[in-house]
Amino acid sequence: MNVSLILILLLVGAIATFLSGDKFASKVALLFSLAALVCSSILVNQFLGGINISLSNPWILQPNVSFALKADGLSLAMVLLTTSLLPLIVLSSFGNNFNNSKNFYGLVLFMAFAMVGTFLASDGLLYYIFWELALIPIYFIALVWGNGDTEERKKAVVKFFIYTLGGSLFMLIAFAYLYTKAGSFLLEDLTKLDLSTTEQTWIFLAFFLAYAIKIPIIPFHTWQAKVYQKAPTVGTMLLSGIMLKMGLYSVIRWQLPIAPLAAKTYMPVLIGLSIAGVIYGSIVALRQKDLKKLLAYSSLAHVGLIAAGCYTLTADGLSGAVSQMIAHGFVIVGLFFAAEIIFRRFETYKIVEMGGVRSQASKFTSMFMILVLASVALPGTFNFIGEFTVLYSLSQVNIWYAVLGGTTIILGAYYMLKMFQNVMLGETNTKLFADVTTTEIIVFVIIIAFLLFYGLYPKPIVDLVMPSIKETLIQINR
Amino acid sequence: MNTLIAISGLGVFCLIAEIFNFRKAIVPVVILGLLAILGTTLNIWSFGELLNSQYTNMIVADKFSNAFSSLFIVLTIFLVAMSHDVYKDHETKISDFIAIKIFLLAGAVAMVSFSNLSMYFLGIETLSIALYILAGSSRLDIKSNEAGMKYFLMGSFASGFILFGICLIYGAMGSFDVTEISEMSRSAELPIWFPIGISLLTVGMLFKIAAVPFHFWAPDVYEGAPSIVTATMSTLAKVVAFATLYKLLATMNADISSAYQNIIIIVSIASMTVGNIMALRQNNVKRMLAFSGISHAGFMMMTLLSLSNSSGNLLYYTVAYALAGIASFAVIINVTRNKDNEDILNFNGLGKTNPIMAAVLSASLLSMAGIPIFSGFFAKFMLFTQTIQAGFLIVVIAGVINSIISVGYYFKLILAMYTKEPSEEKQSTPFVYYAVGIVSIVLNIIIGLYPSLVTDLIK
Repeated sequence: MNVSLILILLLVGAIATFLSGDKFASKVALLFSLAALVCSSILVNQFLGGINISLSNPWILQPNVSFALKADGLSLAMVLLTTSLLPLIVLSSFGNNFNNSKNFYGLVLFMAFAMVGTFLASDGLLYYIFWELALIPIYFIALVWGNGDTEERKKAVVKFFIYTLGGSLFMLIAFAYLYTKAGSFLLEDLTKLDLSTTEQTWIFLAFFLAYAIKIPIIPFHTWQAKVYQKAPTVGTMLLSGIMLKMGLYSVIRWQLPIAPLAAKTYMPVLIGLSIAGVIYGSIVALRQKDLKKLLAYSSLAHVGLIAAGCYTLTADGLSGAVSQMIAHGFVIVGLFFAAEIIFRRFETYKIVEMGGVRSQASKFTSMFMILVLASVALPGTFNFIGEFTVLYSLSQVNIWYAVLGGTTIILGAYYMLKMFQNVMLGETNTKLFADVTTTEIIVFVIIIAFLLFYGLYPKPIVDLVMPSIKETLIQINR
Repeated sequence: MNTLIAISGLGVFCLIAEIFNFRKAIVPVVILGLLAILGTTLNIWSFGELLNSQYTNMIVADKFSNAFSSLFIVLTIFLVAMSHDVYKDHETKISDFIAIKIFLLAGAVAMVSFSNLSMYFLGIETLSIALYILAGSSRLDIKSNEAGMKYFLMGSFASGFILFGICLIYGAMGSFDVTEISEMSRSAELPIWFPIGISLLTVGMLFKIAAVPFHFWAPDVYEGAPSIVTATMSTLAKVVAFATLYKLLATMNADISSAYQNIIIIVSIASMTVGNIMALRQNNVKRMLAFSGISHAGFMMMTLLSLSNSSGNLLYYTVAYALAGIASFAVIINVTRNKDNEDILNFNGLGKTNPIMAAVLSASLLSMAGIPIFSGFFAKFMLFTQTIQAGFLIVVIAGVINSIISVGYYFKLILAMYTKEPSEEKQSTPFVYYAVGIVSIVLNIIIGLYPSLVTDLIK
């Protein structure tokens, strides 16, 4: 058994969902996403048992491209994040009725396929193909099934597409250049290259453009809030929960090992930009009147901190970043799901029209509260482990980075609690608010259980990713 | 040579079929005949002609010519298949139109397999005259008449340039034979007439491929001509002209001078940029594809910067471009066949009324935009790699920026199909459009997954 199995499973799942017809599409999608979760867990077990589950086959001879999938702790952690969020995302959409749901769920599974491929690929061109492939389904998901005015949505989605495609094309040039040097796209060959500082700087910048747009890092974030707002919640969850992590993961896997000198030279700029994103995102989030947009800007702040952690080039920074990627993936999916639940009942995302839900829906209120607290990194949640480790690593580089980055916790607590107050508390709302259904409870409980369990016992995840982070650091400091 | 004879024979058959009233059989017989010829050309049954055989110094059958001839035959099969429905109201003329298309193919094959400049000129005239007739073939439509006339005037002007160029080359070298010219061109002392001749030839061919600044005819002619002819021009004719230009330069002017290289770079960048920027502003789909074709010509010109080893990449790019073009035209012809224009409004809501056709068109546009798994991505990628290797990073960066711009107008069409409300009821679609669209897009994806299927034909 090797890792290609999970790719095949998801691709078959996408096709089967498409063929199953509108009536059963959601169930088939759930079935396949659960199967993918089981499959990835088995793969992780095999990996931990010391079995080699990587794969490398020649694909195209001229240019020399191979179908190489590398499974190490880092990539498997991201695959596991994808496959465990996927059933939750599919399950969370059971309350919605989509037109053409076979296309919708087919695209969701196809996107998961592309994202898992991105996490696993260790051949540059293969990686690039998966990276771009993930863009097409989310484009159609946001465009066709999104909400709000069609014209505005179109503008937002096209902007997003052109931004990300533009950024990635520069990455493609970088890969083409590296290929002319190395004669291969394999990561292990590319990291062995002896590149001059100038070459590294340009390659680093080309990669940075692609990743900074995807993550997003200031000033490439302008597509984000609108797309999050306009996309259907499933699309927003896929984007914020998993797709952003593609950028962050790629920084660790590709950008830093290939161009370490540039990363070291420009470290203050990179960390500065990331932290600027933290502060900017937090302040803008304070002023948001739309719940989904508020969550979008909070997400901008959190990923800014994760990016800062990646660019510290320390073991703590990288492992904290990975933990926080996973934690943020779960918590942001939960928060967007909460927003979706409110939307299902109130049919609005405007915060002023909400409020007074607590007395009508006590279960929902308490679960939402836990998620809000997790999002502001309360000790005991997995987010605390991630953010604290990142802040610690920042303080090792320069104490001021940690001080400025730390504002995320203070500002985050402020805007999240203020949001919670306006959305949930206050005088009992005149509109009826039915408490959460069983399906909705299942999603929340799983997310909360995950965050609390690993918040108290983060060792399994840290142990899983640490060896590959150490290996990456050796390549960076070669 | 066998290919050329067989194709001409097939054309004559079409004309005779008219006399014996076999009109209904023409399309199937021609398709079967072309498939058989394709098999011979690709040497599948291995009793075909030997490689590199010469025929009285006029025609040479090498890997390059066989590979491109096969591509032209495949494209003609698609075009003929669609003709059946397009000409169903002009039943009396179907044999003429199809015969002209077959002769056009004969000209195309002659153009890539010449080994003598007179053969090359014969080929280009056969192809061009066939195209002039086809462009004006909708004879009661004033736009089609205009297109035919315009194309004829401009095209014969370009032919004049080419002929003049050939004369100068003959004057300098004393021969029409390509191999002799090629040998002599490597000697140190070249008469000034030789580079001038090559330049004139290049100008004429740049006109045929519609590269900036010789592109002004393309949008008008593409728009005015009947859609099936536009499909022929934008896929087959463009690919033929480019392959010929490549062959001319690669065989006669292999050690290209740096001044000439600079011109290629400028024309390439200008074609990409002008084509893309003008395409952004078009509302007529055929005009839009005309400008997109101009920009693709700019991309293909990158192969001229590393002439010695880029023929495989050129073949791959042309295959990817032509297959995507055929697929998109299958949809365009189907959608606009009962309309009097090709405005983008006609495509509104196609995603709802006809999801399969909308998917085919989206896929072909994504391929042209260069999104992975479609072969358009690999085509661009290979071009970029090769051009970086040859040391022209600036062209690659221009190419990348243009790829981003091109998304703007390709997506305009996709957006219209998926976000606008349909303006009319669903109309029935003849099977042949589904067949052509789906087959060509599937081929496109297959060669996207296995690029060596195509590149191995030539290496």
